[in-house]
Amino acid sequence: MKNIYKRKLQLLTLCCLSVLGFTSCDTDETQTVATLNNLVWQDEFDTDGTPDAANWNLLKGDGTAQGIPGWGNNELQNYTDRPENVTVQNGVLIITAQKENFEGKSYTSARITTKGKLDQQYGRFEARIKLPTGKGIFPAFWLLGDDENGSLVWPQIGEIDIMEYLGDEPTSVFGTIHGPGFSGANSITKQYEISNDRFDNGFHIFGVEWSPNSINWYVDGDLYQSLTPADVSEETNGVGEWVFNRPFHIILNVAVGGNLPGSPNENTIFPQRMLVDYVRVYN
Amino acid sequence: MKKIKFMYSKTTLLLGLFVLLFSNCEREISDEAVLATFQTNPNVFTDAPAGLTDEFFISFDPAGGANTEGFGTDDNEAYEGTSSIRIDVPAPNDPNGGFIGGIFRDRGEGRDLSGYDALTFWMKGSTTASVALLGFGTDFLEDKFPVSISNKQLSTDWRKVIIPIPDASRLTQERGMFVFSAGTESTGGVGFTIWIDEIKFEKLGTLKLQNYFIQNGNEVDVNVFTGVNQRVTGLGAIYNLPTGNYQTITISPNYFDFKSDNSSVTGNFRFNEAGEIVTPIIGEGKATVTAEVANVLATGALVINGQGDFPHAPIPTATTNVVSLFSDAYANVPVRHYNGFFAPFQTTEGGAGPDPNNVDIKAPFANGDLDNIINYTKLNFVSIGMYEAVPNIDVSATNTLHIDINVRENIDNGDFIRIQLESGTGSGTTSGGTFTLNATALRNADANGWVSVNIPLSSFPGFNSRTNLGQLFFISDNTISNIWVDNVYFYTN
Repeated sequence: MKNIYKRKLQLLTLCCLSVLGFTSCDTDETQTVATLNNLVWQDEFDTDGTPDAANWNLLKGDGTAQGIPGWGNNELQNYTDRPENVTVQNGVLIITAQKENFEGKSYTSARITTKGKLDQQYGRFEARIKLPTGKGIFPAFWLLGDDENGSLVWPQIGEIDIMEYLGDEPTSVFGTIHGPGFSGANSITKQYEISNDRFDNGFHIFGVEWSPNSINWYVDGDLYQSLTPADVSEETNGVGEWVFNRPFHIILNVAVGGNLPGSPNENTIFPQRMLVDYVRVYN
Repeated sequence: MKKIKFMYSKTTLLLGLFVLLFSNCEREISDEAVLATFQTNPNVFTDAPAGLTDEFFISFDPAGGANTEGFGTDDNEAYEGTSSIRIDVPAPNDPNGGFIGGIFRDRGEGRDLSGYDALTFWMKGSTTASVALLGFGTDFLEDKFPVSISNKQLSTDWRKVIIPIPDASRLTQERGMFVFSAGTESTGGVGFTIWIDEIKFEKLGTLKLQNYFIQNGNEVDVNVFTGVNQRVTGLGAIYNLPTGNYQTITISPNYFDFKSDNSSVTGNFRFNEAGEIVTPIIGEGKATVTAEVANVLATGALVINGQGDFPHAPIPTATTNVVSLFSDAYANVPVRHYNGFFAPFQTTEGGAGPDPNNVDIKAPFANGDLDNIINYTKLNFVSIGMYEAVPNIDVSATNTLHIDINVRENIDNGDFIRIQLESGTGSGTTSGGTFTLNATALRNADANGWVSVNIPLSSFPGFNSRTNLGQLFFISDNTISNIWVDNVYFYTN
């Protein structure tokens, strides 16, 4: 579902544009990162074992069952619900990418979602995460819009990527939206580069504050991207449709390989783990 | 007055003594006391040397081939500012020296680098050659905390080089600011130019330790006899750089804390003369050596199987007309070689060089004297040669050849070692004869595994010219590949 093809070039262009946008727009300087502080949903991952079934679905397979083999991106992993791939230990959710032959694939990992358990329109979605390392490792914390029992298909349902990260670019993450007219290679995205630190050495906070007709992305309290229907219109020459005034659910996953990250190489060390200290939703 | 020469290996002991002395004092150190710290200047070279000794570049020893002419600065090239370091790497046959390398040393008492996590600089080359060694921590004084990377490939544009500091807390008084060494191994002998700029220590925050390692990250098994100083080698670390690439660094043993799980097999870790970490083997049994850096366990281990006392060959007793080629019991005649390495037919390894006190195995006797033993491996044939640089030898006054052989593998029926004596090598017509030790003879060993043979020279039919012996061959035709050899001498029985 996450078609991300030639995103990098566009990403660079967008970075430049966004910088231009920020520097020429006085109102951004007065924005605050988080204005929604009423905690309405959370998982602190305080109970060891399988992630709480009241909050999370554990997806399995390679996407074939969903009609998108390789999860739409030619990814190389099979998702499982085994503790080797997803578990809660010592106060953190651990999603582990393993190199192992499993049901026709060479890698295993996990993808968990709140679909049917938390589907929310607007709010502040935030997680504290320590990311993994290595070429071909592709973790994400993202939101996917409701498909109205299959009557809507991506990108019409909308996708808000709160945090995506490539294991061989340990000092940057990116925030992205996909919708009709701006999906996959043409999604609207921005990279955030951390100073004097990296995302796989410790925990960092990734979040969006999503309001009617507005989404703001932040890392550790630094606002780095703000998008509105006007931005979508500008980016897509009026073609793009703002599809973010509907309920969305949360997804956490670690993909291996695929169009954007490329395959793991001989230096990629397995297993690789994404640790999630908490996921919190405010409105 | 007795003069005491301080050596680094004794420093710890001395420090310990001082601590003891101080701790015996009645008064405790005041809370207001501040430990002396050294300056933290991060810069090594910007547009000029920063706080380095007046000589700036201190070359490796020219007597060892280091070229002192190829180092300078270049005001026409700079990554930043107005000047860079220019290193012209010489061809191997350059009369001024065939490689270039040396250090930059702090001009003061050293710097406190504990607040940094890397040495960084910008570098480019006239071609995409590789630089053999780049690093810091070498000061030509103590060389306590060297760190280096090897075979760094140049680009023809400026690239940033990052050399991580493994445990900066150790570097509170470091004088070795920079070290490099470059030759033309990567260019087939063609010289090239390196420019380096903006050398400085930095706190990047963007490095991730993958792991420290010993024995190159492997679990290595060795069989070692008591008395041997077993080395722990292959010390380093792997870091993930902000580029996502991995960088392996070689690091000094001084960053590591070594541990053995069996103190009845291994003694205290210490440094040998080459600066390597060794542990003396003191007993029989199994000991696993591991190491930590700043309480982080390194990958890799050295599993030592202590074999107990070395199984020495019997002490020779012959006294009459002894002409010895290889024995610690006698003065040996000069030899050209203990292995001629006759290419391309010979596979035999071991026995390199003409020095009977520097061959393969040095096993201490109970009194501490060293027992030198040749260990031939991959044996097909090999000779001890007495010709060319040394005279043929005269064994005409003797009538017997003595050899001690210890076969280090199973002996199959059909295995043999044929001894061949050849006269006149390099000095005239050659002639000689052979005597074969068959499997039965080779199995006739003592409790230590040694077969001691005394062969009458009359048993070498054809060996008639005894005044000009040129070579003594061991020939197995690959039936036996691994033997120890000791006490090879002629005498009168």
